[in-house]
Amino acid sequence: MLRLKVWSPLKDRVVEIAGEDLLSCYQCGRCSASCPFAPYMELIPNMVMRAIQLGLEEVLKVNSPWFCATCLTCKVRCPRGIRIPEVMEALREIQLREKKDYLNPLTVDKDLLVDCPPIGVISGFYKYSK
Amino acid sequence: MRYSYYPGCTLYNKAKEFDDSLRRSCRVLGIEITELPSWYCCGAAYPQTEDHKIALIAPFRVLAKARLENQDLLTVCSFCYHVLKRVNYAVNRDKEKLDLMNDFLDENYQGDLRIRHLLEILREDFGFDRLQEFKKRDLSRMKIAPYYGCYILRPQEEIGFDSEENPMILNDFLSALEITVVDSANKVECCGSYLVLVNREATSAAVRRIVDGVKRLGAEAIATTCPLCHYNLDRFQAELKKEGLEPIPVFYFTQLLALFLGLERITFTINKIPVEPYLSGKIGNGYQG
Repeated sequence: MLRLKVWSPLKDRVVEIAGEDLLSCYQCGRCSASCPFAPYMELIPNMVMRAIQLGLEEVLKVNSPWFCATCLTCKVRCPRGIRIPEVMEALREIQLREKKDYLNPLTVDKDLLVDCPPIGVISGFYKYSK
Repeated sequence: MRYSYYPGCTLYNKAKEFDDSLRRSCRVLGIEITELPSWYCCGAAYPQTEDHKIALIAPFRVLAKARLENQDLLTVCSFCYHVLKRVNYAVNRDKEKLDLMNDFLDENYQGDLRIRHLLEILREDFGFDRLQEFKKRDLSRMKIAPYYGCYILRPQEEIGFDSEENPMILNDFLSALEITVVDSANKVECCGSYLVLVNREATSAAVRRIVDGVKRLGAEAIATTCPLCHYNLDRFQAELKKEGLEPIPVFYFTQLLALFLGLERITFTINKIPVEPYLSGKIGNGYQG
């Protein structure tokens, strides 16, 4: 029997950081249907999963992980039990660990910084910068 | 009923009125809460990644210090509650993580602190039924949509607060205050959270969807437990006014409790959508501001 092995350093890296194997994703699309921010994503969550499975490094350039608010809706609804927010965070981390911050504090609207609760500011900078 | 209390950073500044209404309500109800003698920021974000252990240190230290008080720990901020509960769950399941944290911080915490939300305490230890005995104001003309948000619920397996798809605890609490509850599917939908820092448009759209959803069902106001949800819902409604949205006020659930208990000087200075006109229309002269 012919067995095809996908060799994907990207997938291995994501698995290592996220502690999550996403090979079992069968593209049902429930994550994307549940995601409140899918309309803003260049690749919607199920496509991100597929791109990582295939080892397409371009997935690191799309805006999708930065639009994940870690609301965890996809995670609780995934029929394969894949922890999708962890995968999204791994994509963010890969870039942040290369010192590629997504957010420069100086560019945040002043009015937001003035009255946004600390939990918003702290968790935001946790997700968007290192 | 005695508990240690962990307010968290946000209840110390941007959500002071959440803290104030909680402390004063607990006093009236005989729920004794003592703020931890020293506490730190919980970090606000639980590390989703498995290899990012440094983010566990701050919340672990909070847990270790709180454990020394020998009583359950009360916290109401959704972020604090989420982070503390998940870290507790993680170190309970993973001895290696527990040892790593203890060694690093020179603590001897065994993962055995109970972290409780005020709603849980009111339901399980105090009893929602008993609230009736403390009624001082009539809130029965209010129609309010409970809004849970994300962090207090998900993942249910780790947080164990209520159902992650159809929670009822806040609904039941509002019913106990005789408020007419407007139940909606939007109650578990994300408000945009920290996306507010990078994309106002997405946050605004999320808020619009939630507010439109509950209003269609007849809600006149929203009750929540999360300071960031409170902020997003309130602030972006104020901005959406320009686009023709008729905004509705947003309450912390403890403010409604405080009103029910007849407390005076319950203030709403952080609200951008004014609350007072709504209140005076609903509870009339009983509300002194």
